[in-house]
Parts: sequence; C-alpha cells; structure tokens
Amino acid sequence: MYAFEFVKPATIAEAVKALADEDAQALGGGQTLIPTLKQRLASPSALVSLNGIADLKGVAVEGRELRIGGGTTHATVAREARTYPALAALAGHIGDPAVRNRGTIGGSLANNDPSADYPAAALASGATIVTNAREIAADDYFQGMFTTALEPGEIITAVRFPIPQKANYQKFAQPASRFALVGVFVAKFADGVRVAVTGASESGVFRWSEAEAALGGNFSADAVKGLKADADGMIGDLHGTPEYRAHLIGVLTARAVAAAA
Amino acid sequence: MPKDSGIGAPTKRREDVRFLTGKGRYTDDLNRPGQAYVHFLRSDVAHGRITKLDTSAAEGMPGVLKVFTAADFAAVGGVPCGWLVTDRFGQPMKEPKHPVLAEGKVRHVGDPVAAVVAETLAQARDAAEAIELDIEELPAVVDMRLALDTESALVHDDAGTNLCFDWGFIEDNAAAVDAAIKAAPHVVTLDLVNNRLVPNAMEPRAALGEYDAADDQHTLYTTSQNPHVIRLLMGAFVLGIPEQRLRVVAPDVGGGFGSKIYHYAEEAFVTFAAKALGRPVKWTCTRSEAFISDAHGRDHVTKIELALDNDGRFLALRTDTLANMGAYLSTFAPCIPTYLHGTLMAGNYATPLIYVRVRAVFTNTVAVDAYRGAGRPEATYQIERVIDKAARELGIDPVEIRRRNFIKPDQFPYQTPVAVLYDTGNYHDLMDVMERISDRAGFPARRKESEARGKLRGFGVAAYIEACGIAPSSLVGALGARAGLYESATVRVNPTGGVSVFTGSHSHGQGHETTFAQVVSDMLGIDAAQVDIVHGDTARVPFGMGTYGSRSLAVGGSAIVKSVEKIVAKAKKIAAHLMEASPTDIEFKDGRFSVAGTDKSVAWTDVTLAAYVPHKYPIEELEPGLEETSFYDPANFTYPAGAYACEVEVDPETGKVDVLAFAAADDFGNVVNPTIVEGQVHGGLAQGIGQALLEACAYDETGQIRSGSYMDYAMPRADDLPSYKVDNSCVTPCTHNPLGVKGCGEAGAIGSPPTFVNAVLDALNSGGHEVAHIDMPLSPSRVWAAINGGNA
Ligand SMILES: Cc1cc2nc3c(=O)[nH]c(=O)nc-3n(C[C@H](O)[C@H](O)[C@H](O)COP(=O)(O)OP(=O)(O)OC[C@H]3O[C@@H](n4cnc5c(N)ncnc54)[C@H](O)[C@@H]3O)c2cc1C
Repeated sequence: MYAFEFVKPATIAEAVKALADEDAQALGGGQTLIPTLKQRLASPSALVSLNGIADLKGVAVEGRELRIGGGTTHATVAREARTYPALAALAGHIGDPAVRNRGTIGGSLANNDPSADYPAAALASGATIVTNAREIAADDYFQGMFTTALEPGEIITAVRFPIPQKANYQKFAQPASRFALVGVFVAKFADGVRVAVTGASESGVFRWSEAEAALGGNFSADAVKGLKADADGMIGDLHGTPEYRAHLIGVLTARAVAAAA
Repeated sequence: MPKDSGIGAPTKRREDVRFLTGKGRYTDDLNRPGQAYVHFLRSDVAHGRITKLDTSAAEGMPGVLKVFTAADFAAVGGVPCGWLVTDRFGQPMKEPKHPVLAEGKVRHVGDPVAAVVAETLAQARDAAEAIELDIEELPAVVDMRLALDTESALVHDDAGTNLCFDWGFIEDNAAAVDAAIKAAPHVVTLDLVNNRLVPNAMEPRAALGEYDAADDQHTLYTTSQNPHVIRLLMGAFVLGIPEQRLRVVAPDVGGGFGSKIYHYAEEAFVTFAAKALGRPVKWTCTRSEAFISDAHGRDHVTKIELALDNDGRFLALRTDTLANMGAYLSTFAPCIPTYLHGTLMAGNYATPLIYVRVRAVFTNTVAVDAYRGAGRPEATYQIERVIDKAARELGIDPVEIRRRNFIKPDQFPYQTPVAVLYDTGNYHDLMDVMERISDRAGFPARRKESEARGKLRGFGVAAYIEACGIAPSSLVGALGARAGLYESATVRVNPTGGVSVFTGSHSHGQGHETTFAQVVSDMLGIDAAQVDIVHGDTARVPFGMGTYGSRSLAVGGSAIVKSVEKIVAKAKKIAAHLMEASPTDIEFKDGRFSVAGTDKSVAWTDVTLAAYVPHKYPIEELEPGLEETSFYDPANFTYPAGAYACEVEVDPETGKVDVLAFAAADDFGNVVNPTIVEGQVHGGLAQGIGQALLEACAYDETGQIRSGSYMDYAMPRADDLPSYKVDNSCVTPCTHNPLGVKGCGEAGAIGSPPTFVNAVLDALNSGGHEVAHIDMPLSPSRVWAAINGGNA
C-alpha cells in the first residue's frame, strides 16, 4: 500500500465534495479496492469511506420496486431482499461470509468485474442505478469489463430493482475464485423476459437477446433447448475456452428458466 | 500402561490448545531489538539478461540501510543441492550455480535480483521501486518437450543443455524389458501429465537473521522442517559459518508439505545481511511471492507402457518421464523423480520386469522439489491409471486385475525389480476392507439412482505402496544423497521424574508433541503430561535430519525408543542399588521398579531423584544423571500400503464432478494415536483430491505464471470434499523398527489422485463416452471437452 488520506463523511454531499479531488477514491466494503491497494496497483491520494453514510444503507420495497442503498452489504441483501428471492439468493452466494459482510452492492456495480454476480441481476431486472447526480438505466450503465457510465467521483446511492414475476440466477462457479465462470440471470416480467449473462463475455455482462425472444413467447426450458450462444467474443482462460463458456450459457439459461420462481 | 495416554490412545493433540487459542509462536511473530526489514526485488520476466541494475537512487530513499545485489555475495557460495544423480552413462548431473541473488541473468519470474533492507517494510518496498533495472528478455524455456530441442534457448548457458540428467533404472534391465514388451500379447500405453502444484502451506515462509558480534554468533529463525539441515547447508556451503557459531531455530511452523525442507536463498540472505548491517533482518513472504518463490511440486510428463498376458497378468512395465527441475536445483530436487519415483514403480504388484527412464529438465520456472508424497504420487498415478486402462481394454474388473497381480502375503519380504525390498504387507486384505467400507456391492443401485437424475456416477479404485521412513544412510549414500538420513533423540529425565525429549524431528502440523509423548509415557509408565517434546532449535536438540517423507515416528520415534531403552536399563541399575538387589532381578512395570519374587519396590521418582542426588550411589560403577542420546539409522524403508475407492458424480452437461464418497483402507503398521493418523489421512486425501480435481500451476509460453493467486489457483475447500471413510484395521507391523510403525503422512496424497481420476473415467465410460484419459486437474471445462472431443 502507498500512503493515503482517509476520510469518513456522514453525508452524501460531504462525500461528493471529498471525491472532487481527482485522485480521491470512494471506499465501499473494500473487498476489491483494499487488495488492489495492497498490491500497489492503485495509489489514491485519499480514500473516502462511504460506510458512515446512513442514507446509503438499507433495503426497502417501494411500490413494485426494491430499492437497495448503494452502501448495503451483500449479507444484508441476502437477508432482507425477501420480496425478490432470486436477488437475495444471488447476494447470499457472493464470496464468503467475510466478503458478504463487508462488500456492497454499490462497490460491486461500480467495479463491474466481468465475472461479478450483481451486474447480471441489475441488467436482467432492468434496474435503475441511482447516483448522487442522476439515474442510469442498467441497459446504459454497463459499458464493458470494469467500465461503467459512472463519471469520476460519482457515487452510487441506490439501485432500484423492478420485481419480476419469476426469476432465477444460475451461477457456475470458477473453481478457484468462485466468481461466476458463467452466470445467467433470467427475469420474467409481465411485458417480457430479460436474460443477462455474466462471466462469459470479453465485453462484460450482456443480454442474450435470442434467449429473451425465445422465452418471451414460451417461458419454459424447452424454449431455449438447442439455442446456442455465440462463442465469438467469449472469454478464454485457464478455466474454460470461449466454446465452453458459450455452451454453459445455454445450459444455465435452461436451468434458470426451469428453476425460476 | 496408561490407557488414556499411551500407545494406541486416541488422545487430542496437546499442541492444538496453543494453536487454537492463538498462542502459537511462528517466525513472523518473533521480533528482535533493532530489527530491519528486507524486501526482495524479483524478476517479472522469466528469462533475461540484466543489462542495468542501478541502486543509487534507492540507496538514498528514506529509511534504507542498504541495497544488496549479487556483487555483495561474490565471496559466498551458491545455494547447494543435496543430492547428486548419476546418469545412464555414468556421468554426474548438470549442477549449475544457484546464486543468492541473480548474477547477470534472471531465470524465472520471481528470481530475486536485489534486496532492500530498510527500517520499515514499507520503506523497503518504496525503495525497491526506485531501483533501476533493465532486463533484456530472452526466449523463455517453459515446455519441457521443447526444452530438449537443440534449438532451444538455454536456462544455464554454461551447462550447454537444458538436460540436467538422463537417468535409467535399472539400466541393466532395459533390454529385457524391451524384449518382454515386444513379445507381449497386450501392451497398454498411456501418456499423462502429473500437474505442477504450488504447496500453499497456510503459513508463508519467513526468515529472521540476527548476529551477535560479542561472541560471533549467528542466529536464523526460519520456517523450516529441518533446522539442522539448514544449518549444515547454509553454514558449510553458502556462508562459511562453522556450526557452533550458527543457531537455526524453526519455531512453530504452519505446514510445510515439503516446501519448507529446502534451504532457500532468503534464509542465507537474512543471515548474511544481519552481520553485514549489524542489525537483525526479517523477511516475511507474501502469498503472491510464495507462488513464485516456494519450490513447487510434481510436474512430470510421462509415457507408460504395461505389457500383459491374456489373463491380465503383468509381464513388464516401462515408463519414460520428463521431470521439471525448474530454473535451479532445489535441495532434494534430483532425488524426487529418480530414487523416490523409480523405486516405487513396482507398486503393489509382482511385475517381474520394470524399466524407468527419467530426463530431468531445466526450464524458466520456479524450482520443483518434494511435495507431500514426493515421487511416490507420480509413480502411483502412472501405475494405477495404466492398470485401469488395461482392465477396460481387456474387459477385466479393475479390482480383479489388481488382485491377480498383487504381491501375495506369503511372498514377503519381497524383492522388487526396482531395488527396494518390501518387508511386509497384505494387499489382498486391504482390498477386502476397501470393498466393504465403500459398499462397492451397492454401487450399481447408486449408479441407477444418479442416472435417473441425468448424472453419470463412477466408482474408481486404486492401490498404492509407498516407501517411507527415509532412510538407511548407507543406501541413500550409495544413491547420491549428500547426507545421512538417521534421526536423533536425547531423552532427559529430570530429578523429579518428568521427562524432556529433544528430537531432531520437527513438527509443523503432525502432532509430534502428542505422539512422541505417548510413546515415552507408554514405555516409562508415567503420564504423558509429564513428558515434554522439544524440537526445532539446533542449540537445544542433537543433530537430526528433520521431518519429511513420513519419517518422524518410524525414524525419529525409533531414536526416542532407543534412548528410553537406555534410560530404563540405567534406571534399573539405580533401582537395584537402592533395593540392594541384582540389576538382573529388577522388573519395571507401570512406573515401578520391583525385585522379582519379592514385594520390594521403588517408584520411578525414587530412582530419578537418586540419579541426580547421588548421596548413596555406586559412583564407581555408575555415572549420576539420567539422560541418554541415540541416533537411529533405519535398516530399510517402511512400506505403508492401501486400497482406496472413490465415488463421483459427473454432470455431463457442464462437466462438473462432485466427489460423493471416498474410502481409504491403509496399513500403517502399528498406530500410536489413531486420531492423529486419521487426521493425516484426511489432510492427504484433501491434497490428493485437490491435485486431481482443482489445482493447476500453469505457465504461459513466456514463462508468466497464469495461476499466481487464489483467483486462479484452486485450493480444495471443505465443500469440494466428501466425508471420508478411513480404516486402519489392516496391520502388518514394520519388521525392522522397534515400534512396528510405517508412516502415514503422505499416503492420502499418494493414493487419491488415481482413485479419483479412475472414478471419473468410470463415470464417463458408463455414459457411453469413450474417454481413456483426462489430464489433471479434472476441471469442469476439461471433463466437458473430453466428453465432447474438443479442447478445454
Ligand atoms: C474473496 C472474495 C470473493 C469474492 N467473490 C465474489 C463473487 O463470488 N461474486 C462477486 O460478484 N463478487 C465477489 N467478490 C467481490 C465483492 O463482491 C466486492 O465486495 C465487490 O466487488 C466490491 O464491493 P466493495 O463494496 O467491497 O467495493 P470496494 O472494494 O470498496 O470498491 C470497489 C470499487 O468501487 C468503487 N465504489 C465503491 N462503492 C461505491 C459507490 N457506492 N459508488 C461508486 N463507486 C463505489 C470504489 O471506488 C472502487 O473503485 C469477492 C471478493 C473477495 C475478496
């Protein structure tokens, strides 16, 4: 780690101000950022902890949406997102208990790791990413591996998830990291089905439109049988070729549909 | 004998109280007054020439005491290798220098180039970034098969080749084996890789050097499995420090698995720098650094051929292996693929003709050396895999083909065609137990149930033999060891009857403090709580060779037994004197000395006190005191054996394998503490299944490590593993050590990989997928690719 200043504001406004310095960086649960700092891969002048801001925390049902504060931990979501069981289950399978008790949804979405779980839920749910400055539709928010629509210093204050009629997340864990080697989130709404895939693509989380179309008319595992994702542009690494990942997308989509509740 | 603490008692490990309450004292917990810290600048390229190394800016950074480079080590030796292998043609292996800090060239990612010593670790790291280092990259030698091409770049230019040695065993048998294979009705061939592993002990390595100028004394605190070996190697070969001026302390050590046997450059560095700077110098390895600086394990590429007759009887076996040495020869590296591998190629079988060829290869990768099992897992894996393949090809049941070829109980002692002599064993009994505890008979029904759920279920078996209790010094000396492999023990009886045992063995998770105390308690009839085990400090324990190769109880325990026997003999004489009887009439039982045929007796403590307060004592005939030292050199290896079964379920859609059950029937000879033995088997199985299912240390073609952290290197976790069934009821005691024990530390890691792989292949073949082989680890992507005939 390099030396840095540490501030812990109590309000969003103070945090925004502290983040105005271009070398300052927001600190959520630190589950991604602290290891990065330890390896000296980042050298922010200041860390602005969001953990003291009460307004960033909590899970609440607002109409037909679930609103989760940007600083809410995975463990809290797992426990409290009862109206959206698929999302609660997803949160309950991120990392290990230590990670879940520190890591936050805002941190996860800001980081946008191509193998992270939350991006699949946000995109499949058609969630809205709420920041201190604006509201961003999930379809506009994810812009490729580790890249998002966030401006420097912008803070995710909340995420609003429309609650689907049925949903399920199938995560196939990478054996070492247990991030998603491939993860498929299927959400069925009154007006259509959304399928988001994480872990697989070189360009981060994406919607599998062929599957959405197939499931739109017939929400059953059979509807996606034989449907193949394109291996082009998929990640190839120690843990699987592009072909393998493309294959898993099909398998997991069918399983998610079958398990959707 | 005290039933609750003597031999055979399943007592809890006394050291766990310390470990579980956070009171263990590890090297990194130790701090010396005035201590400074070192950070090593390591090469980030696999192979290259150092064209610029300017430390001047770094020297001027805050807190920096000195920046060391190879130039500072010009007057000292390189890190030595402890084993000399002679090749097929009678020539010695290539033994290039392993400098403490890289000289002119870097040879693997992680090779230390410079070392910054500063007041704080952060300052040392900051200064390391100010070192100007230019490396002209050279083509990296990574793939062993390409390394032997004449076109290949050379890891060591002066060696003139990347071939360390070309070894044949037993060379005189090569022609006969070849003839038998050519004439055989069936020859089953398998090409396989024994995957490279990173040991990943829970405690990373650490070293703390200290120098006392007043009496010219060096002290090294280090994470070692064998402090005396480090003292000898570092003192005599690297730094030129006489043993009496050098103390090596290995305090609590959090696991080794072989990786902490070796003498590492960092140990020599801190010892050297402490004197140079007049300050204690500490180094603690980070986890990332461990991936690129701890000696790795395995990494063999092998072709094995098994010749059989029409009844499935083994006629001959031949293997040809490329063994990766990495960039430098680690302490015991040359011995692992040769004498710890070739000598095991008979397995549990009466194969009459065997020939083993091993070419050891230098590559631009981290050094490879012994890792839990060391050579024996590599041997077992080949044998047990090719046997299964033969069984499938010949249509013989895999248990039956093994039974047909097992060495029979009445054939012991059995001389194998690969030099070793098995003293005892009963492999048929082990197979019986395995079949029973794994409920093999019930497997078809379980398979049906899995198939109903769309899953493929497989049942795999394997047998293993290992050579433990390393080793008769005269034998290993003849084979190239530059050390003896006896063990030492001093047993000091204190005046009030308590006992301190000073052992050359070292415990780093094995539970010696409990097991050894049980042995002494049993022999003396005193409570185990009265027996303390001291280990890990060259200033306290006699010269001993340490712990590896499942040798501690078989060799170190035997040394303790010898010393206790001497104690008892002397104590009887003292007792005889106290009771005015003849020593030959003294009986010793349950901690009391009595005169045979009388009711006269004295207690253990009467005798111990008399030994140290010799007021009325036959001082002309008998020295006071009650302390004895023994060095035990074993007559032979010990040969634990076992039969294992594994049951898996494969998801054919994803290739994911679940390990449903694992049964281990082991013959460890006599067992001193069943709980500890069971724990050792559990740990070994976890490591073996880890290798077979999850772990892969992979390099890319430029020599960058692709699995250099837990993000990509998959360690086994509890939920990857089943609840094991472990059975130690088959006992054929070792015939040549006093306790009749064989060793249990490595068994699980040796027997489980082929068992697991055989199970997966059984599952796939049951589903109509004709898959003869998948290289470990059997990751979902590899299994899926094997099913689909593609690549992973
Ligand atoms: C062992 C381990 C296992 C893991 N396993 C998984 C897994 O299975 N699946 C998975 O999805 N993730 C996994 N993670 C990642 C984990 O979910 C992290 O918590 C998450 O990615 C980052 O959240 P954080 O709150 O810790 O953010 P931090 O690490 O604090 O920050 C990450 C980034 O986000 C920024 N940031 C933080 N909060 C905000 C905010 N509110 N607004 C804007 N920017 C912000 C930071 O500046 C930084 O750039 C794992 C992590 C670890 C250590």
